[in-house]
Amino acid sequence: MTSQVTPYAIGTALQRLDGRSKVTGTAPYAFERVVDNATYLHPVQATIALGQITAIDTAEAEALDGVITILTHVNAPRLASTEDRELAVLQTDRVSFRGQLIGAVIADTPETARQAAGLVRISYAQWPHEAELSSERSDLYTPEAVNPSFPADTDEGDVDTAMSAAPVTLDTTYTTPLEYNNPMEPHTTVALWNDHELTLYDSTQGAHTVRTTVAPVIGLDPERIHVSAPHVGGGFGSKGIPHAHIVLAALAARTVEGRPVKFALTRQQMFSLAGHRTPTIQRVRLAADTDGRLSALAHDVVEWTSKVKEFAEQTAVPSRNVYAAPNRRTSHRLAALDVPVPSWMRAPGECPGMFGPEVAVDEMALKCGIDPVEFRARNEPDVDPETGKPFSSRHLVECLREGADRFGWHHRDPTPASRTERGWLVGTGVASSIYPTLRAVSTATIRVEAADHYRVDIGATDIGTGTWTALTQIAADALEVPVGHVDLRIGETAQPEASVAGGSTGNATWGTAIVEAARALQDTHGRPPEIGAEASGTTPNNPETERFAMFAHGAQFAEVRVHADTGEIRVPRMLGVFAAGRIINPRTAHSQFIGGMTMGLSMALHEVGVLDTRFGHVVNHDFAEYHIPTNADVGDIDATWIDEDDPYVNPMGAKGIGEIGIVGAAAAIANAAHHATGIRLRELPITPDALLR
Amino acid sequence: MRLKFTVNGRQAEADDVWEGESLLYVLRERLGLPGSKNACEQGECGSCTVRLDGVAACACLVAAGQVQDREVDTVEGLAGEDELDAVQRAFVDAGAVQCGFCTPGLLVAADDLLERCPSPSDSEIRESLAGNLCRCTGYEKIMDAVRLAADRRAEEARS
Repeated sequence: MTSQVTPYAIGTALQRLDGRSKVTGTAPYAFERVVDNATYLHPVQATIALGQITAIDTAEAEALDGVITILTHVNAPRLASTEDRELAVLQTDRVSFRGQLIGAVIADTPETARQAAGLVRISYAQWPHEAELSSERSDLYTPEAVNPSFPADTDEGDVDTAMSAAPVTLDTTYTTPLEYNNPMEPHTTVALWNDHELTLYDSTQGAHTVRTTVAPVIGLDPERIHVSAPHVGGGFGSKGIPHAHIVLAALAARTVEGRPVKFALTRQQMFSLAGHRTPTIQRVRLAADTDGRLSALAHDVVEWTSKVKEFAEQTAVPSRNVYAAPNRRTSHRLAALDVPVPSWMRAPGECPGMFGPEVAVDEMALKCGIDPVEFRARNEPDVDPETGKPFSSRHLVECLREGADRFGWHHRDPTPASRTERGWLVGTGVASSIYPTLRAVSTATIRVEAADHYRVDIGATDIGTGTWTALTQIAADALEVPVGHVDLRIGETAQPEASVAGGSTGNATWGTAIVEAARALQDTHGRPPEIGAEASGTTPNNPETERFAMFAHGAQFAEVRVHADTGEIRVPRMLGVFAAGRIINPRTAHSQFIGGMTMGLSMALHEVGVLDTRFGHVVNHDFAEYHIPTNADVGDIDATWIDEDDPYVNPMGAKGIGEIGIVGAAAAIANAAHHATGIRLRELPITPDALLR
Repeated sequence: MRLKFTVNGRQAEADDVWEGESLLYVLRERLGLPGSKNACEQGECGSCTVRLDGVAACACLVAAGQVQDREVDTVEGLAGEDELDAVQRAFVDAGAVQCGFCTPGLLVAADDLLERCPSPSDSEIRESLAGNLCRCTGYEKIMDAVRLAADRRAEEARS
């Protein structure tokens, strides 16, 4: 058991500490950092999906007033390492995907840079490219591991025999589309190279991650790279793994040494340069007895990666832990295509991977004539099906039952298409959610600056999640002082090294480091420690992971209305009930949960990147055509949680909550749409044409 | 051109302005007012919402030359010397701020809404703010904030 911090500030709805600076417009995001004598970068992007640059004519562009220099592979500084081919910008004449960075104009104004970029003439030798995902492709391969390091395939028992022996079976395929994170703040880097020192004001989920990633690529000692990111306008994974634009900004800064280079991707550029979620094709097989007890669960996934760099989304991984079924099989097969590099998008793996199976479970429940909530409860495992370890805490069934009560589930006639109100077909649906409770390694330092003034330094990031606020609460409780005595500093490589804000690991990792530092301070310097006392702490390995499987769980409920004549689909109500350990801050947590659920609604009804496979081009690459929900698209969305006392996960007893809100939400909506209409929807997003019969 | 216009009640000037550059660029890069955000540059997301002669507009779609001798109000002009405006306070109190990038545009849009319609219904709020995309909050807290701001403004008007 991990020694627990006694919660005083933890669990209170402290107001967001960065709120005031954000509502006054004074919180400095990367592009807004004050620099002198700025230059502006506008990139040149490839207009073919595969081939070779044969000629570059920059004469007309260079003749523009205000153009400082134009970089291409011909004249760009050489990188120290091109091993990461996503980051190896302007190093060869090869084009590996449409939209790839192949040049950069640096100019005195952004307008000039942009105009000049449009005047750079590129000639190509174009080669036949591959951009079509299909489960029939002959070149599908098994990755060595899936993100971050799970085995690609698992096989336990005998699924085929169980399928042929079972009275009720299902063998169906589901798909999720190409999706884009689209944080509101576009990816931005302001780079200044001065005397072998590189400063990056970056919009990133991890200042230290940027430093350690960029250093070997450009060949600078990491200590000479200074990254600062105190405020970040959202990330959702796309700012987790540093992308090529950061390296391009660094190269440009080196070229115009002494002058800062400001580079913000446009919304359109983000669609080829900032990562995306791979489309997935998911075959799900289930076998059950007539009482609805699963004897087999198989989840076989086909998805894409880029030939430039492999990213294997762990789509089938959640199927290893959710339901008890003695015979289980999961697999991942990849098509390596001439497309931009896929990456993390909120709950990679769990989010798409809980769509197929959670719709399949709804289909099985109907086949067995069992209520979908009850069906899930009957398949609740006693231990983690994958490892055989007990769960440190698991309240999935409690979430389902509490959600059913609050949502009014029991009034529901289970017959599909049985309820019509003034021309609208009405239905309700449910799905489970699960997200692993992980943690990384970080270091925090605490210094007693004055009486009642504890300065806490950790290179963590707040991408809108509430890190400034939650870590202050954790630090206060760890030090056993009021929050007003804590002065937290985050977002800089000048601070002790911290892990990326990703995988819902932030509070668990950084909070544990802060608790370790506070305990070291008290152990070394007594209570209260003298002014000037200082101590550091690092997140230790958690020995409890040897004994326990650790996950957060939840239940998603949705009401869907489908217009009988037009197929218009509305979601007037969503409810999520989550069990995620101790909630650090109910105000910020509630917003995180419903924000995740809304992104799940977005996945269900709106989001799809339309790839024109002839050109390798995403045609709807902006907010005009890649739709995310507006205020008028959502209804009453609420989230609540079950308090869990889990002394095994970390000293706060807290599980990560940034991602679980999206998991299962799209399945709940698809299941509700089926209940409303009787039409089973196995392909996202759900659009009116699919609902017209 | 030499651009002269009023920003948040004060006269502003900028030299060597290209008439075609966006008002958003003028505000952010020439006048040091970075509150209005650039998130789509096509008038779809509302992050750059300002008021132009009192009318809500996306600053990314307004050419610099169009604001000559006109009045522009940005998020920086909402607060008084020491005190936040009721809309700003409500966004903080209701927890309607997450990453904060959509926040300035939403505040200007909400301020504009409450001026036109002091006690809006939920559907009026949702419709009026449908031009301001938020990727973090799911909008519920923003609804709470606008309701709260409307109540507080009504309260202030009574007292």
